[in-house]
Order: sequence, then structure tokens, then C-alpha cells
Amino acid sequence: MKALLRPYVAAFRARFLLMLQYRVAALAGFATQCWWGAVKIMVYAAFYEAAVVAAPISLPNVITYTWLGQAFLALLPWVADPEVGMAIRTGGVGYDRLRPLDTYSYWYARTLGWVVARALPRALLMFAAAGIALPLVGFDAWAWRPPSGTEAALLFVPALALMIMLGVAVLMLANVVVAASLNERGVNAVLMPLVVFFSGSLVPLDFFPDTMRPFLHAQPLAGLVDIPFRIYFADLRGLAALEGLALQAAWTLVLVGLGRFVMGRMMRSLEMQGG
Amino acid sequence: MNAFRLYGRYVSVSIRAQAQYPAATLLLTAGHFVATAIEILGVYALFHRFGQVRGWSFGEVALFYGLINITFSIADILTRGFDVFGTDFVRTGAFDRLLLRPRTATLQLIGYDIRLSRLGRTLQGLAMVVLATGLAPIDWDPPAVALAVWAVAGGVALFSGIIVLQATLSFWTIESLEVVNVLTYGGVQAAQYPLNIYAGWFRKVLTFGVPLACVAYYPVLAILKKPDPLGAPDWILPFTPLAGFAFLALSFLAWRAGVARYASTGS
Repeated sequence: MKALLRPYVAAFRARFLLMLQYRVAALAGFATQCWWGAVKIMVYAAFYEAAVVAAPISLPNVITYTWLGQAFLALLPWVADPEVGMAIRTGGVGYDRLRPLDTYSYWYARTLGWVVARALPRALLMFAAAGIALPLVGFDAWAWRPPSGTEAALLFVPALALMIMLGVAVLMLANVVVAASLNERGVNAVLMPLVVFFSGSLVPLDFFPDTMRPFLHAQPLAGLVDIPFRIYFADLRGLAALEGLALQAAWTLVLVGLGRFVMGRMMRSLEMQGG
Repeated sequence: MNAFRLYGRYVSVSIRAQAQYPAATLLLTAGHFVATAIEILGVYALFHRFGQVRGWSFGEVALFYGLINITFSIADILTRGFDVFGTDFVRTGAFDRLLLRPRTATLQLIGYDIRLSRLGRTLQGLAMVVLATGLAPIDWDPPAVALAVWAVAGGVALFSGIIVLQATLSFWTIESLEVVNVLTYGGVQAAQYPLNIYAGWFRKVLTFGVPLACVAYYPVLAILKKPDPLGAPDWILPFTPLAGFAFLALSFLAWRAGVARYASTGS
């Protein structure tokens, strides 16, 4: 088993360590996300002051939701892996096909490394800023709070893991479309608004009209933001939290299955580019 | 050939190039329309839950939202050359070639890569202004229209100034600084809502630091014929977009200092 997994772990590690080099990009992302978080929180605070009863989630929880969203923004699958597009255009995909590896798993491991390495430094910086520095300078009300209780903290660990795996499964579908169409601009243009809206990254899904809520909570992208973050502050707890985890896991399996299927079809008709 | 005709040439070359791929251009424009319009759904969801925010209705906020998006999209189209200046001109040494030509670098840079797809955001902003007009009591008499055009002009100057400053910094950093996105995209984000919903320190940043409020909040108050809940006198509101032009002028002073110390990096 260990020997079987080794090449994929190596692919993950190589990409992860490479991406950690981009410190300036991480700092720029961090600054932008601080601004975004601050603006969003002030907007929420202004809305809440008139009609707290109308809100589906309390203000401290919405603030934590916002900071979590900014911290883990780079985990969201809104751009296809640029290296896959490059491999297709240069013909490098030929080498990938010749390796004695499962191409889907190999790309999955590399994309995973790319995503996690981009997110990790930003998440740590954001936690230091919003979770530690903000309360220290007296902005308690605006701070990123710790998980609501041990149960929430323990459940958030698998929720975060599933959130990452689900996100990469979505990206793999995008990668396949990039490979089939030889261009990532179209995919990214479609993916970005879909993910921002349906994941709950824009606003928590419960803010949308009640009639839409059953659908919004069941669709696959809810597992990227809405479900894990509501588990974090125990808005989903007990059985509801387990249901959320099951939904994340089920959609991950479905999307991985779908990804493998369309990738198999795409590879059969793949034309080599480059020279 | 004078500068305006030359700029016209640049525009027509860019447009003809993109017209070679009409389907791609249209799809990118549509994609840009959707991607930039998605934010209004979040605004709508909040108003749907809470009804109002500090006395503002959804229709009024849609006017702020629409105008700032129109403003930014125009600046975005005009300043592409400055936006990618660090990466595409300084690092590659391509700026040397611009300096050798008998025209100003500024003209050549604003004529660089005019992207039609960015009109997607302009259209989205216009759609929001139409929506706002349907929902809120906005009287589009000639002074109001003139004021809107004037505010957009000031805003285009302000955003252009920010991007010119970004380009200027790249004389030192040798790459385009993404941190400036805080002020451009982040600025659009902040100016989508009326100023009085923000905390005091943030209002000061948006008025005196990067005068976004001067090109968005104050002139829109005058269009809505509302007194400023923060107490700015009525007579001053129509003059505030001047701050955008002042910002642009200062940016170009910095730009000239940067050009003067430019040493080529290319080979």
C-alpha cells in the first residue's frame, strides 16, 4: 500500500514545496483578504444593528464565518490548475500518460499540493491577524473566534479535510474541460461565479430566501464553505453535523467518479500538441 | 498625427484583433458580466433578510453599486498597459522600446490592449443603474445625469491614478504589485455601499486617504437629493469628484519621477 501511494505523495510534496516559495503572492493575497474581511464585517454589523431577529446566524458567528472564508479562500476551486493547461498545450501530458501511474490520481495529488500550499500561509497569517491580533488591540467584537466547544472542533477536522478533497474533485473536472478545450479562460469564467455563489462564500446560504434553502443545502458546492464553517461554530451539531459530513463525502465520491469517467473519455480522443 | 487620432488607431487595432474571434470575445464579455454581477445577489440576500441598512433601501444601494462598477470598468479598459506594466514592460525591458518612440509613454500605454470583454462589467453596472431607477425615487433630470457623468469621470481618474501608482512602484519592484488590488477591486467592493455604514476610521481612509467616497458616495447623495447623514454640507457634494482628478495629477507626478530614474532591466 505504502509503495503504491509513494509516487502520488511525492507529486503532492514536490508541488507543495514549490508553491510555498511564492511568499510575495501570499502576502498580497493576505492583505487583500484582510480588506475584504473588514469591509464584509462592517456591512454585516450595519445590517444586524436594526433587525437582529431576522438573522439566521448570530453576528459573532457571521464574523467568524467571514474570517474563515477569507483564511481558506485559496482552497476554493475557482481556477483550473494552470499546470494541467500547460501540460496539454506543450504536449507534456504525453509524459504523464507514459508514467506507470493512474493519471487521475497523479493530477489529483499535484493539484492538491498546489491548492494546500497556496492556502496554508494565508490561513496562518489570517488566523494570527483576526484570531490573535484583533482581540489584543481591543477589537474583540470583530475577532475570529475559536470553535464552539470540543465537539465542534473535533468535527471541523474531517469537515476541513473533506472540504479540501471536494474542492480538488471540482478542480479535476475543470482540469478535464481545460484539457478537452485547450484553454482555461472559458472554464474559469464559468467556475468562479458558480463557486462564489453556491458555496456560501458570498453570504452564508441561510441568508437566501427560505424557499431556496433546501436546494442550496443539498447541492455539492455547499460542502466547500457553508457546511464546514457551520460545523465550526456548532450551527450544525450532533446528527446535523454528521449529515453535513456525509453530504460532503458523498459529493466528493460522486465528483471523483464523474471526473474519472470524463477523463477516461477525454484521454481516448486526446490529440497531442506541441513538438 | 495628433495624440487623439493615434489613440483611435490603437483602439481600432485592438478591436479588430478581438473581432477575429467574435465568439470568444462575446463569451468572455458575458462571463465578465456574470462574474461581476454575482455580488449583487449577496447584497439582495441581505436586504431580503433585513429590509434596510441605516436608512438605505436596496434600490439606493443598487445605484451606488452600478455607478462604481461602471466607473471601475472604464478605468480598467483605459489602464491595462499600466496594470501589467511591471510584468510585461519593466521586467522584459519592453519599456525601452516605448521610450525610443517619438510619442509619450503614457499614450502608448493607455493604447495597449483595449479589452472589449471588460465591457461586461460596464453593462452590468448600467443594468444595476436601470434596476435602481425602477426601485428607488431617482429623478434623472439633466443636472442629475450631468452629475452622474461627472462622478464617473472623477472615479475613472481616481482608479487610473491608483493603477498609475502601481505601475510607478514597479520601477522599484520590477513586477506588478498585486497588493494594489486592495485599492482597485477592494475599492469597488467598499464603494458599493454608502459610506455611513462603515466605522469612523474606515470612512476617513475612504475620504482623505484614497478618496473613493468623493467619487461615489457624495455625488450619489446629490443625485438622490438626500442630505448627508454624516453632515457634509449640500453645496460641497457636486464638487467632491475633483478629488479624483487631483489624485491622478499626483500619481502622474510620481510616474514622471519614476520614469526619470528608470534604468533598463532587459537584455
